[in-house]
Order: sequence, then structure tokens, then C-alpha cells
Amino acid sequence: MKTFVKIAAIGAVLAMAACSRPAGPGGPMVNDPYAGMNGAAGVNSSALPGSAEYFKSTVGDTVLFPVDQSTLTPDARTILTNQAGWMNQNAGFSAVIQGHADEQGTREYNLALGARRANSVQEYLISQGVAAGRLRTVSYGKERPLAICSTEECYAKNRRAVTVVSPGAGS
Amino acid sequence: MLRKLLLTSVLALAGFGVAAPVLAQDGPLRIEITDGVIEPMPFAIQFFDDGGAGQYLQQVQDVVAADLTGTGLFRQIPASAYIAKPAGFTAPVSYEDWKAINAQALVTGAVSVQGGKVVVKFRLFDVFAGQPLGDGMQFDASTGAWRRAAHKAADQVYARLTGEGPYFDSRVAFVQERGPKDNRLKRIGVMDYDGANVKYLTDDSALVLKPRFSPDGSKILYTSYASGFPQAMMMDVNSLAARPLTGQQQGTMSFSPRFSPDGRWIVYSLEKNGNTDIYQMDASSGAQRALTNAPSIETSPSYSPDGSQIVFESDRSGVPQLYIMGANGGEPKRISFGDGRYGTPVWSPRGDMIAFTRQVDGKFHIGVMRTDGSEEKMLTESFLDEGPTWAPNGRVVMFTRVTPGGNGEPRLHSVDITGRNMRPVKINGAASDPDWGPLLP
Repeated sequence: MKTFVKIAAIGAVLAMAACSRPAGPGGPMVNDPYAGMNGAAGVNSSALPGSAEYFKSTVGDTVLFPVDQSTLTPDARTILTNQAGWMNQNAGFSAVIQGHADEQGTREYNLALGARRANSVQEYLISQGVAAGRLRTVSYGKERPLAICSTEECYAKNRRAVTVVSPGAGS
Repeated sequence: MLRKLLLTSVLALAGFGVAAPVLAQDGPLRIEITDGVIEPMPFAIQFFDDGGAGQYLQQVQDVVAADLTGTGLFRQIPASAYIAKPAGFTAPVSYEDWKAINAQALVTGAVSVQGGKVVVKFRLFDVFAGQPLGDGMQFDASTGAWRRAAHKAADQVYARLTGEGPYFDSRVAFVQERGPKDNRLKRIGVMDYDGANVKYLTDDSALVLKPRFSPDGSKILYTSYASGFPQAMMMDVNSLAARPLTGQQQGTMSFSPRFSPDGRWIVYSLEKNGNTDIYQMDASSGAQRALTNAPSIETSPSYSPDGSQIVFESDRSGVPQLYIMGANGGEPKRISFGDGRYGTPVWSPRGDMIAFTRQVDGKFHIGVMRTDGSEEKMLTESFLDEGPTWAPNGRVVMFTRVTPGGNGEPRLHSVDITGRNMRPVKINGAASDPDWGPLLP
């Protein structure tokens, strides 16, 4: 019975992973062979505090920016303070900070703007005690929107910096 | 006098700038690309089988006619209106029959196929003056490159009738896009200027952006995420071998590379610690140096055709505007002063104008201005137009138009410098970031 619960939990995690994957063409389908069995729905799983999933879902991996801005809002600073706290507690992780822009701008300018945003986040995390060597930045400009509509509602979600943590010391 | 051109394989782009004879002609027949031209010039076209032409006869004639009508400057008179078909390529022209249907220009041609080669001949006549307009010419191509021979003939007709340089026999590098908006797959393609002969130079395993030809068309600069981080790359068009232009130094990103007109230099954007400036690289030694040094964003550099100046965009004033500096850097001069945001400036190969993207009042425009910023004019308006590139003759620009919404996608369009003749480029699927290469030899 114990084994069965464990497998069911793994199944649930796999199903979650499948759902969170962007619907790209050719992406592998993950089938949960236990999805229809009794008991599978009754297991709650939650990420351990020292996991990348916890960082993403509980600490908060994303901060938003006003139009054309790369300065941090008070809300962003709160989230980043928590990010720094987590990183300081989980020294085995490094992070890549992705800077993004909405589609209202040229490709090149948005690449530069995304870099500014990622750098603002990086500098703040460093100021909160995270070692510079654990952080890298990458700009996606307007190439990877999170929300795809062409209104301010979506644009606001796309003007963002996302801190992606992964196990490893960085470089 | 007949001029022979030996056209080599489809991707052999070497040897730029030796073709295009100067066409001294006194003929009165002329259509100019000005704001005043409204009525396209009517022309008749008749090609003949010069031996074994087969399918190529109609195909060549159709490409020549499509090149001419595609400019918006010419109107093809349907063959059903012709009074008397000419007897052959060398037969005398009965001008009265063409005058009667108001054909101002007559293009006759001959196509033959022999030993894997297509030979295209053409002659051009000024109907109302009752005389040939320039000499007849002949173009040879391998059968696989028959379209190039047709484009060469059409280029000569266009150049003689407009007084402008030719541009049909040219290629465009671009980015082909597929997949959903939040997970786009992109790869670099090359096509003929009219959308034919699409070939892909990369796969879509990594994001690729903004391809740009070298002056001789043999190389393409672009930006790739293959390393996980944006990096300026250089690809050899024939071998498809590619290498990064800059080292992957921690905390930096290089992008938006472009060659100087003589091919000796590459200008590009380099981001360090969040700040983007313009750098220059010696294309042979790889030695790099900064041309700007400001806390603002400096990007999208483009050389003047003589290589002495660089136009770029900068938000040092608070919003992105256009600036010109010397090819060695120095204090830039601002040339755009309108409302909104200006970006992606590109210097016309003729040197007289700069095309750019302007974003104002929630709309995007492709615009042109003189190099001192005067005579600014918007050519287009839409939800999102960006990234103009000049035809080799500096009289047409191609750009990316993106449609709005979750299913929005980019398409390539072209427009002439008067803002007329906006039309989509005929290729399948979504495409962006066009770069118009040189006139082929």
C-alpha cells in the first residue's frame, strides 16, 4: 500500500509537469498510467521548501515592471527580498534571471530592455547578500511572452523578470 | 551588343557589383518613382520559343511580367487585346498595332534550352517613339536558376524605364516562424526577393534573430540562443558553418550585428551588466572596441554606404530616437525629433535616406527621412510594423508586419519609398526580420 501511494504521488507530479509545459509542437506527451485508479486523486503533494518548485510557487519567481521601465517597484522589492532570503538559505542553488519585454517595441530595443530588467533584479539580489557568481542574466526581449493577447492585461504580465533557480553552484 | 552572364549555382553569391552597365539612353519613355505617379505604364509582353524552351517559355515570361507589375509602376495589357502577334523575336515590330492598344512599352523575348542551360533574350521598344529602347541582351543560366535569367531581363527593362537601379535579381534573408506565440520556433531562411526558392540555413532548435547579409552575400550575421544566451554569429552561406563572433563572457550579450559596406567591419550591440552600447569588430582579426559609452541603450547600428558614418538608436533623451555618429564613434548628432519612439534605422544603399520604425499613438509605422532628419514621411501604419530593409536600388523597403492577438503572427511586406504599392511577400507561413541582400552578379 505504501508503495502504491508513492507511485500515485509521482504520477500526480508527472501530471503537473505535463500541464505546466508550454504547448509546443512535438512536445512529449506524459501519460499517467494511474490517473484513473482509486486513491490517486486523494493525495496532496507539496514542494519541499528547499526545492526549485517551492521557490517558484511559494517564494515567487517573477517580478513585473511598468512600461519601458527597469526600476524595481515596492512589490518587486518585496518579492526579491524573499528570493534573496531563499537563495541565502539554499546555497546549493544558482539562478538565471530572465528579462522580458512586451511586444510593444522593436526586437533589438526589447532585447536591451530585457537585459536592463534582468540586471536590476541581479543587482538587487546581490545587494541582499547573494553571491554574484551564483547569478546569471539572459534577455529574451519580446521573444517569449507569458500571456499572448495584445492588450495591456497581457502586456503587464509580459514585462517581467523571472528568476529560474537550479541545483548547482553556478560559475 | 549582347552581354553574356554565366550564372552559377543557386547559393553562390560571390562577386558583387560588377554587373549593371550604365544605361545611357535618350528615349522619351520614362516612368519615375515620385509621389505624382498614379497611373501605371501599360506594357505588352511577348516571348518566343527559341528552341526547346518547353515549360520555360511561359514561366520566364510570367516572371518578367510579374517583376514589372509587382512594382506597381507598370500594367500588363492582356494578350487577348493584342491585335497582331509579332512573327518572331527578330521580326520587325509593327508599332501601329501596339499604339492602337495603348501599349507604351513592348517587351519581346526569346527562350531556349540547351544542354542544361536556359538562354533568355529580350528587347525593349518605345512604342510611341517607334524605336528600340536600348540594345537587346541575353542571359544564360543553368535550368535550375532559370528564374535568375528572367529577373535579370526584367531588371534591365525596369532600369531603362525608371532610370533607377535594378533589384529583382536579389535575395532576402529572413526568419521563418512557427508554433504558438509563447513558444515560437524560428529558423533562418533565404529566398528570392519575390518569395521563390526558399531555403533554410538553420534548424529551429535554438531561437535565431535578425539575419543580415555580408556585402557580397557570402555570409550572414545573426543572433542565436544556441548557447542558451543571445550571441552574435557569423555563418558561411555556402558551407552553412557558423561561429560566434564574440566570446560568451559572463554577464554579457552580443546581438544585432551588421557588416560595413566594404565588409571590413562588423558593428553590433554588446550588453554588459544591463547596459547596451555599440561596438565595432575588425571582421578579419576579431579585434573589438566600443563606439559608444553611455548608460543609455544604444543599438541597431547601420553604416552609410560610404562607410564613414553610422546611424543607430538610443534612448539617452528618455525615449528611443535616431542618431548619427562617425564610423569611429564620437559625439552623435540626433536626427529624429518627432513624438513617440524611433528605432531600427537603416541607411539606404543610395545614401539619400534612412528608413526606420516609429511607434506613436499606439501604432507602428515604417518611415523614411533624409539623413539630416528632414522630409520625414510615414510609409505604413499598423498594429506592429518593424525592421525595414532596403532593396539594392534604395527604392523599395521590406519589413515585418505583425497581426495582433493570441494568434497574431508576422508576415513580410514591401512598400516603395512613396508609400505606395504595399504588398505581402508571397511565401508560405509566418516570417519576420527580412534583410535584403545585394544585387546578384
